[in-house]
Amino acid sequence: MDFTILILLLPLAGFLFLGLAGMKLRPRTAGAVGTTLMGVVTLLCYWTAFTYFSAGRDASGVFPTLMPWNTVWLPISGDLHIDLGILLDPISVMMLVVISTVSLMVHIYSFGYMKGERGFQRYYAFLSLFTMSMMGLVVATNIFQMYLFWELVGVSSYLLIGFYYTKPAAIAASKKAFIVTRFADLGFLIGILVYGYYTGSFTFTPGATTLAAAGGMIPLALGLMFVGGAGKSAMFPLHIWLPDAMEGPTPVSALIHAATMVVAGVYLVARMFPLFIGCAPEVLHVTAYVGAFTALYAAVVACVQSDIKRVLAFSTISQIGFMIVALGVCTSDDPHAGGLGYMASMFHLFTHAMFKALLFLGAGAIIHAVHSNEMSTMGGLRRYMPLTHVTFLVACLAISGIWPFSGFFSKDEILTACFAFSPVMGWVMTAIAGLTAFYMFRLYYGIFWGRENRELHAEHRPHEAPFSMTLPLLVLAAVTCVAGFIPFGQFVSSNGEAYTIHIDGGVATLSLCVAVAGIALATWMYAREQQPVADRLARTFSGLHRAAYHRFYIDEIYQFITHRVIFACISTPLAWFDRHVIDGALNLLARGTNGAAYLIRGIQSGSVQRYCIWFLSGALGLTILLLLIR
Amino acid sequence: MLSLFPLLPLVMMLGLWLARSPRQVRAVMATGSSLLLVLAVVLVVRYLGLREAGETAPMLFTDSVVWYAPLNIHYAVGVDGISVAMLLLSAIIVFTGTFASWRMEHDVKAYFLWFCLLSVGVFGFFVSVDLFTMFMFYEVALIPMYLLIGVWGSGRKEYAAMKLTLMLMGGSALLLIGILGIYFGAGATTMNVQEIAALHNIPLSLQRIWFPLVFIGFGVLGALFPFHTWSPDGHASAPTAVSMLHAGVLMKLGGYGCFRVAMYLLPDAAQELSWIFILLTTVSVVYGAFAACVQTDLKYINAYSSVSHCGLVLFAILMMNTTASTGAILQMLSHGLMTALFFALIGMIYGRTHTRDIRQLSGLMKVMPFLAVGYVIAGLANLGLPGLSGFVAEMTIFNGAFQNPDTFHRVVTVIACTSIVITAVYILRVVGKILYGTCDNPEHLKLSDATWDERLSVICLIVAVAGLGLAPLWVSDMIHGSVSELIAHILS
Repeated sequence: MDFTILILLLPLAGFLFLGLAGMKLRPRTAGAVGTTLMGVVTLLCYWTAFTYFSAGRDASGVFPTLMPWNTVWLPISGDLHIDLGILLDPISVMMLVVISTVSLMVHIYSFGYMKGERGFQRYYAFLSLFTMSMMGLVVATNIFQMYLFWELVGVSSYLLIGFYYTKPAAIAASKKAFIVTRFADLGFLIGILVYGYYTGSFTFTPGATTLAAAGGMIPLALGLMFVGGAGKSAMFPLHIWLPDAMEGPTPVSALIHAATMVVAGVYLVARMFPLFIGCAPEVLHVTAYVGAFTALYAAVVACVQSDIKRVLAFSTISQIGFMIVALGVCTSDDPHAGGLGYMASMFHLFTHAMFKALLFLGAGAIIHAVHSNEMSTMGGLRRYMPLTHVTFLVACLAISGIWPFSGFFSKDEILTACFAFSPVMGWVMTAIAGLTAFYMFRLYYGIFWGRENRELHAEHRPHEAPFSMTLPLLVLAAVTCVAGFIPFGQFVSSNGEAYTIHIDGGVATLSLCVAVAGIALATWMYAREQQPVADRLARTFSGLHRAAYHRFYIDEIYQFITHRVIFACISTPLAWFDRHVIDGALNLLARGTNGAAYLIRGIQSGSVQRYCIWFLSGALGLTILLLLIR
Repeated sequence: MLSLFPLLPLVMMLGLWLARSPRQVRAVMATGSSLLLVLAVVLVVRYLGLREAGETAPMLFTDSVVWYAPLNIHYAVGVDGISVAMLLLSAIIVFTGTFASWRMEHDVKAYFLWFCLLSVGVFGFFVSVDLFTMFMFYEVALIPMYLLIGVWGSGRKEYAAMKLTLMLMGGSALLLIGILGIYFGAGATTMNVQEIAALHNIPLSLQRIWFPLVFIGFGVLGALFPFHTWSPDGHASAPTAVSMLHAGVLMKLGGYGCFRVAMYLLPDAAQELSWIFILLTTVSVVYGAFAACVQTDLKYINAYSSVSHCGLVLFAILMMNTTASTGAILQMLSHGLMTALFFALIGMIYGRTHTRDIRQLSGLMKVMPFLAVGYVIAGLANLGLPGLSGFVAEMTIFNGAFQNPDTFHRVVTVIACTSIVITAVYILRVVGKILYGTCDNPEHLKLSDATWDERLSVICLIVAVAGLGLAPLWVSDMIHGSVSELIAHILS
């Protein structure tokens, strides 16, 4: 498996080449270079997956953990060192397949979508940088390597969100995304420091004795690491950057902010899963509650957004909530008894990456056609863009959890795991699944049916996207149709042993009913030209509607904290203090010296008479003094 | 071999004195600074070679000549891993600084004369192992600063020059007392740092007096809170290359001195009193970062950022373990390189737009893409992007600091860690404001991008920053041995 290093080196080479020489190339050439490299990387990833899984299980019945590369990058002290390397195990190989597939699709799609944009070469350079960083993150051999690439994906995301760097909204969004995730990463970093100190290494699998010695510190470390994961994966209340991140080019949203980077937090928890289960099940359950709340919150907000990319962003947040919940409800590492959620989470990560990328790329095609993100400019688009319509519908059905599309299978496993954990969790998540179906079909009808903006469409007739854009849609739609039938449990499970997925009849029926009910409700409310029910509801609950539309004012709270508290109440007074008090004290000292000199300089007047007077009166004074003392 | 380092700038001064035209001045400077860089690289290679061959003496290439026998003053030189790293840093900065002020118009000859004298002081300081020689070179480095800022500076240059010089002179007054205290405390037999350390005979009661004096004396130069206020004014008024050299190298003299003299020679007091200075440096780290958030002058932002980053250097040294102190040296290198890069770029932008006020700058990415991209890279290095130097240094420091298991150290470490978030805030604020967006000032649209000499300077620094960030192992190895020796002595 030595060739796996190329999976990291080729995108890096692509980034360096396009970054340094890109501007000298014609845009199409630069794009072709990036895409070709990505194609090769994708083949390598598939080849890795094939050889890895076909090599089979080892004697203990699990897929072996391979480490084809690992070198010391930076020694810290004694046994503590930061390594860089490649680790292959079922989940990292699965992630390689996901990332390379979506990334390749986005590379191809961008040919059409970004055509004629200024900075086309730069765009492909950043895509390569991102792909390299993301690959490095998933194949990390130790927690510090993960952190290192974690920061790199953060920066690539920053650069890509801010791709349209002349747009103020894009600048603000990129800044916000970076700073919010940076803030969360502070937790991650401290978690790593605690972890490294108490286990004496950065490996994912410290020995049992060190773990026992570390005792109560491991849950703390894991909890802090989860803060970092929550930031990247947009868990409440650190989710605020993700909707704004939609200011970036749409293919970027598909790749980074839907399919790959935002699931890094889920991947982190999955990576640390043995430790969570072994040392800190209570922390794991806390993550489940965070995930469930986030899923609910985001689903509610998604119901009233009017910008199609924002709807998708909130749906992403909600779905990541599902993945986190699935991990969090695990109570053991045996998939047959309480460990099902691990497999379900990874399965959902896989299927979600495909259908969410499809949704975003579809949304990109729509935006490309109508030149706006607002649902009000759409409606009735099915006549103009049949291919986009069908693939978008496939994705909507998948995310709603309709058989036989991929989302049905993974979501069903998650709900089964939730019901096994506690009925309350199961019902709550089922309700959110119903909500998902509702808001996705609200979006679908709003775009392709419903009220058509005829004036706008007459002025500028929407058209189907070029082949470079529809091809990825078709590929991803095909994957979405069949991915559910992959025997996922055979590859990934909580303890590595083979697990055969069986559909729980009761849960499956329930989730299908709820999904169909959600779709039916959306159809009733939004499919037609006139939407009296929706309008009336919005009027009746105008307060709730407005609050949800403004995302329950979480952004405003942050705004208040950063501007009114940090800038106005800490930074500005500190800067003033520095200039006026500390520097003022120095200036005072200098002025004091100056003043004293000014005062006493009169003594050195150069007038002999005056010196005489001073001399005589001094002598007189001393004499009197001496006489008095005696 | 080591004496070549202070000698070469002296020869360059002679060459400059003989030079007849600005062309010749530049030729002398280019040759001289390139030679210095080559010399530094040769030194690194030879140093690593000797270590590889199993040389274990703490100081290599040592040499000593009696200078003034009654006070046991020697001209004594020698280097360990730390000073080799500092010499390489200084050579890089002098080299790039020369090219950054390539197009200087006003009285080039005198400017470069003083610039060379400054280099003499810097190089001399890093090669010396004799307290007095060290102090002398330290002073040599300070004085030219006054003239360089006062004559070739901008803005309130006379005020800034006076303030900077007086504050640093105040620091060196404390230092002189401290050094004499060390000399007499150790029995007045030697001024050699290694020998004094080996004697280890200064009574604790005396150490308690001299340690704060020496630490603050060097700390003023290392921008220790609350003695840092020379830095914003000084940097803001200094011409480009002087800012580069000052922030890049001269501020490192402070950290280096604190480590080599204050901590190493007065180890017992250092252990006892470190908590006071740890508090001060923690304040520096966070305070500098917060203050940088609201500045509007590019150089002020960087000056406060330097307060924060240099605070981290002193913070790490005071953690008194090998890891943190290795991190401190890495941070000195990293901060030196990236701040030099920052000041070089700011100088180049200022040279074109004639303003450093971020409210008047916008959309420079379109106008001068090369400089803008360089600025983004410098910014990313500053906020600790992996692959660039800042990450390596900060992570080593935080890991090292965390190895002190008591609550006090833990708490200050966590507080210091928050600086990585605040740094991101002020860096991205500036980048967003001046580089992105549309260019509002029509005058700025006509400006040109970097010239070849500017590109050379910027590229050299970026390569160095990336080199340290990508392959930290060899630097870290080079420093590590020497640092652990110093730390072992401090803790013994």
